[in-house]
Amino acid sequence: MNKVFISGNHAFAEAAIRAGCSCYFGYPITPQNELGEYMANHLVNNGGVFLQSESETAAINMVIGASSTGARVMTSSSSPGISLKQEGISFLAGFELPAVIVNVMRGGPGLGNIAPAQGDYFQATRGGGHGDYRTPVLAPGSVQEIADLTFEAFSIADRYRTPVMILGDGMMGQMKEPVVFPDFVKDLPEKEWALKGRGTGKSRYMASLILDPLEMERHNWKLMRKYGEIEKNEVRYESFMTDDADIIVIAYGTAARIAKGAIKRARGDGIRAGLIRPITLWPFPKKVLLDFASHISRFIVFEMSTGQMLEDVQLAIAGKAEIAFHGRPGGVIPTPAEFARYIYRENQKLKK
Amino acid sequence: MKLKNDWPKYYKKDVVSHYCPGCGHGIVHRIVAELLEEMQVGERAICVNPAGCAVLAYLYFDIDMLESAHGRGTAMATGIKRARPDLFVFTYQGDGDLSAIGTAETIHSANRGEHITVIFINNAVYGMTGGQMAPTTLIGQETTTSPLGRNPALEGYPLHITDLVATFRGVIYAERVSLDGPAGVTRTKKAIRNAFQTQIDGLGYSIVEILSACPTNWKMSPVDSFSWIKNEMTREYTPGVLTDKRGDKK
Ligand SMILES: Cc1ncc(C[n+]2csc(CCOP(=O)(O)OP(=O)(O)O)c2C)c(N)n1
Ligand code: SF4
Repeated sequence: MNKVFISGNHAFAEAAIRAGCSCYFGYPITPQNELGEYMANHLVNNGGVFLQSESETAAINMVIGASSTGARVMTSSSSPGISLKQEGISFLAGFELPAVIVNVMRGGPGLGNIAPAQGDYFQATRGGGHGDYRTPVLAPGSVQEIADLTFEAFSIADRYRTPVMILGDGMMGQMKEPVVFPDFVKDLPEKEWALKGRGTGKSRYMASLILDPLEMERHNWKLMRKYGEIEKNEVRYESFMTDDADIIVIAYGTAARIAKGAIKRARGDGIRAGLIRPITLWPFPKKVLLDFASHISRFIVFEMSTGQMLEDVQLAIAGKAEIAFHGRPGGVIPTPAEFARYIYRENQKLKK
Repeated sequence: MKLKNDWPKYYKKDVVSHYCPGCGHGIVHRIVAELLEEMQVGERAICVNPAGCAVLAYLYFDIDMLESAHGRGTAMATGIKRARPDLFVFTYQGDGDLSAIGTAETIHSANRGEHITVIFINNAVYGMTGGQMAPTTLIGQETTTSPLGRNPALEGYPLHITDLVATFRGVIYAERVSLDGPAGVTRTKKAIRNAFQTQIDGLGYSIVEILSACPTNWKMSPVDSFSWIKNEMTREYTPGVLTDKRGDKK
């Protein structure tokens, strides 16, 4: 396929359609409206189902219903709407139903604003809803990666029978870049476990109520073993200029793009900085950070929040190196020059 | 001679009911199971059951079942039916589930005219959580959270949600029946049959509200419960066909 110039929100939608998504349910909220609008046209033209629900709560429950029949299903929203979906995400996890949920984050808490922010990291990576579960979280850093990770998200969701979240932000959703889309997926395998009506066979049910604590505990550990597999197999990250680095920056999504600009500037002035960009936020790329901590003494976490991924870096590095933090919450978009100045300051401390 | 009360094909055998003696749920389960068989839809049926006393309905119905989060049944049913229009999809919900926490989903699925059937058990209380006030609780009715009786000045009036959705153009069939004795069983079965047929004929949305006994939380005997439905509940909730647009659609 040829390169097309397309926005992040449209790329989520186009990639989902190509990945075999046949149902989309959602409720409008800025800055991700273009995703649903694209689905209303193109998914329907591809023979799929688009439905604008009465709320995000309804949308995620429609997702549950459609997913239970074996369909590939997507919903999308932005921060306040994702909060409303959390009950349903917990049910998806309990039922072990695949689904892809896109969060195009904006400033918060509350209604906040509609500018790009990264304040939903905790909510996304710590489960978000109630109960003992994890959600794989993918964080694209370009529109091309939005397309690629949307494909990945559907396959991880199906492979492990789990909801998967793609965590973008208003910048990722709105900006346009050239993208080469993967080809249309053909012939997805039949899902053995799906509800299709019992036919002449045995009936089955999906229930998340498990009244017997011992049985519930077994279910919890079964889920946990699955999460263990995901942690083993699905960690993804990008290393950028880390080979000779003295300073390692850790940033994801839009912040990582800004960090790259800052690192190039700093390198121009002889500062050997590099970047680790987590692509999966859960499972978090712990091991690579711990390995760096054996010979690098300074890490900088850079987020468009007050410091949430910071905690994962602290856990990964386990006190073996110093971690500095630079954050701009609230929808403020930091500049590469600003962050480069921060790197210079940290580099000064390193020399002392 | 074939016995009239054969075990319904789509009701599981060797299960012990968890419903209280005299509870309407058990009776409606039997009626639904019989109709799934008589109307030959059991093989392609999916039931979405609620959070409420019927949360364990999948232990009884021998068809494919999806348990819903409290109140979200019609949204899940929407997802199933939109993804697989060939399936026969119905929800089974209590009055707290359908007309309190799930009000938005109830109203909008009805207004969209989803091709689903809603079986609505109105027992005027929250059964499962121990008899609290529901939106459907009668004026003056004592519950654990309206110990002095429901006072409209503080708690509002009984909600007539089926009457409300019956006014929607997308709702093809709506009926309210009182399950207050053997005649009530016959009426209930006929109403659910009409509702199911509406979906089978591809006409659209149908709902049956069943005034149903909760002897345990009403603190009455099953016999007194039936009398209470007949004498008190039907005065607030008039039984009858609330809308029937099947003729317009055919
Ligand atoms: C989000 C949420 N809130 C509250 C509950 C607790 N809860 C379970 S069933 C129920 C009410 C059930 O009443 P109703 O729908 O009238 O059904 P019944 O038990 O009377 O058949 C409540 C409040 C829950 N499961 N989930
Ligand atoms: S509490 Fe009421 S509704 Fe629940 S099973 Fe008992 S009688 Fe039926």
